[in-house]
Amino acid sequence: VIATIDTGDTAWMLTATALVLLMTPALGLFYAGLVRSKNTLNTFMMSIAALGAVGITWAFVAYSLAFSGDGAFIGNLDNAFLHNVGLATARGLTIPDLLFMAYQATFCIITAALISGAVVERMRFLPFMLFMVLWACLVYAPMAHWVWGNGWLAQDGTLDWAGGVPVEMASGFSAFAAAIVVGARKDFGRQAVLPHNSVYVLTGAGLLWFGWFGFNGGSGLNASGATLSFTNTLLAPAATLVVWIVFDYVIGGKATAIGAATAIIVGCVLITPAAGYISPMSAILLGAIGAIPSYLFIQKRPGTRLDETLDVLAAHGISGFFGILFIGFFASADWNNISDGLFFGHPGQLWDQAQAVLAAPAYAFVGTFVLLRVLGALMPLRVTEREEGTGLDVAQHGEEAYVQGDGAILISPEAGFAFERVVEQP
Amino acid sequence: VRAVKLVIAIVRPERANHVLEALYRAEVRGLSMTRVQGHGGEIDRVETYRGTTVKMELSEKVRFEIGVSDHFVEPTVNAIVEGARTGEVGDGKIFVLPVDQVIRIRTGELDTAAVTPVESA
Repeated sequence: VIATIDTGDTAWMLTATALVLLMTPALGLFYAGLVRSKNTLNTFMMSIAALGAVGITWAFVAYSLAFSGDGAFIGNLDNAFLHNVGLATARGLTIPDLLFMAYQATFCIITAALISGAVVERMRFLPFMLFMVLWACLVYAPMAHWVWGNGWLAQDGTLDWAGGVPVEMASGFSAFAAAIVVGARKDFGRQAVLPHNSVYVLTGAGLLWFGWFGFNGGSGLNASGATLSFTNTLLAPAATLVVWIVFDYVIGGKATAIGAATAIIVGCVLITPAAGYISPMSAILLGAIGAIPSYLFIQKRPGTRLDETLDVLAAHGISGFFGILFIGFFASADWNNISDGLFFGHPGQLWDQAQAVLAAPAYAFVGTFVLLRVLGALMPLRVTEREEGTGLDVAQHGEEAYVQGDGAILISPEAGFAFERVVEQP
Repeated sequence: VRAVKLVIAIVRPERANHVLEALYRAEVRGLSMTRVQGHGGEIDRVETYRGTTVKMELSEKVRFEIGVSDHFVEPTVNAIVEGARTGEVGDGKIFVLPVDQVIRIRTGELDTAAVTPVESA
């Protein structure tokens, strides 16, 4: 059956693509607020760089490795450099194939950027860019292929709506490995390292949630079936937010803003794999109980020696793990027309989900560990200790986020402008 | 008798916490700190914003002001040096100044009494 293009589906997917793209600068803002002011730009730039480097990598190679061919583990290169990716429909969808490519590109971009949270404030910018490019091809593309490109998990019946495997568990467990290979910041555990702008953190979280409506709402790849996943994206994070605030009151005595921002991310991650498969009330339950493992992990992690700086593992890895498993219990064929979970009479679904939570963390961790070790053998991954002290904004980018301008002396005005040149006195 | 000195120290911002820790260990309790812009002969940073390249002659520094009794000057200075020193140009300076009078606002105590920390109850 050759499907024809549906204008409504296409209009929604164009919109959803733009929504998901916004999530990457939103993530940059979220992360930038969580670091010290001297590392604001570097942290933000790691996300911004993904828009360029990973976007191009996707079009050249990674898209094809994820979505072309029927291999169990990885696709092939038939669609490399967008060969045969055109304006006609494909894959039985009702949108142009090129739009499908663009939509999926935005997923790969933000997933690579997410890992930066593990290595901010000490990793050099260039190796991180190279890492993202290689990671998109060698870790993200195969994992996306497993669940969405008719790979082995898809064939076994694993359900993953918007990326519990290739996005959330992949980024979370890659972040875990990256934090180990790159090592802790020199100040970690020695002095208090505090977020420098909680307003950025809240604004970033809000924009991420907004974009997530495209992430989950678009992952059905049509407009008519988007309502459930869209609405669940409203409900689950709302439940997480409430539970998180209650926990903050009970454990710390005060509701914290950074906690609330974290809760929004955790809630969105929890519902990501399950958005189109469970009922709205199940989504609320998922958002509520799924908050617990992440909350506890985030409380304990800073006391360990693991400087997984911005808690990508807790927010994405653990929540993605939980969300994927939850489908095995609460999937409802009444809502998704595909499969029931254990509680609705189909225990086999739980096994399909369990395979994903065994394989995804292992592959992401090992893949990233090896990749960074190889890169680390070719070039230093970290800035010098002194540069870490002054901050990566000046050291890596020659800019500051909060420029005073006092004492700045013009040394090379652009040619063509009639500035008076400052000449060194002999 | 002028029994009180004012110690002014200008240090790297990334060493400020180390200085605070060292002062705490030396039992120097009363102090204030300010973020300032300064230049102490270190290499200028070059920054570029679009087509505009500039030499940043001023760097972020942190300035401590600490009023101490005479016999506390040496431990205070030692603590600051210990906390602030990296060995690179730009580590900062310490100035020790005579003080005419110190008055504790709450009690009206003068000089040495005014800079001696209150025993916590």
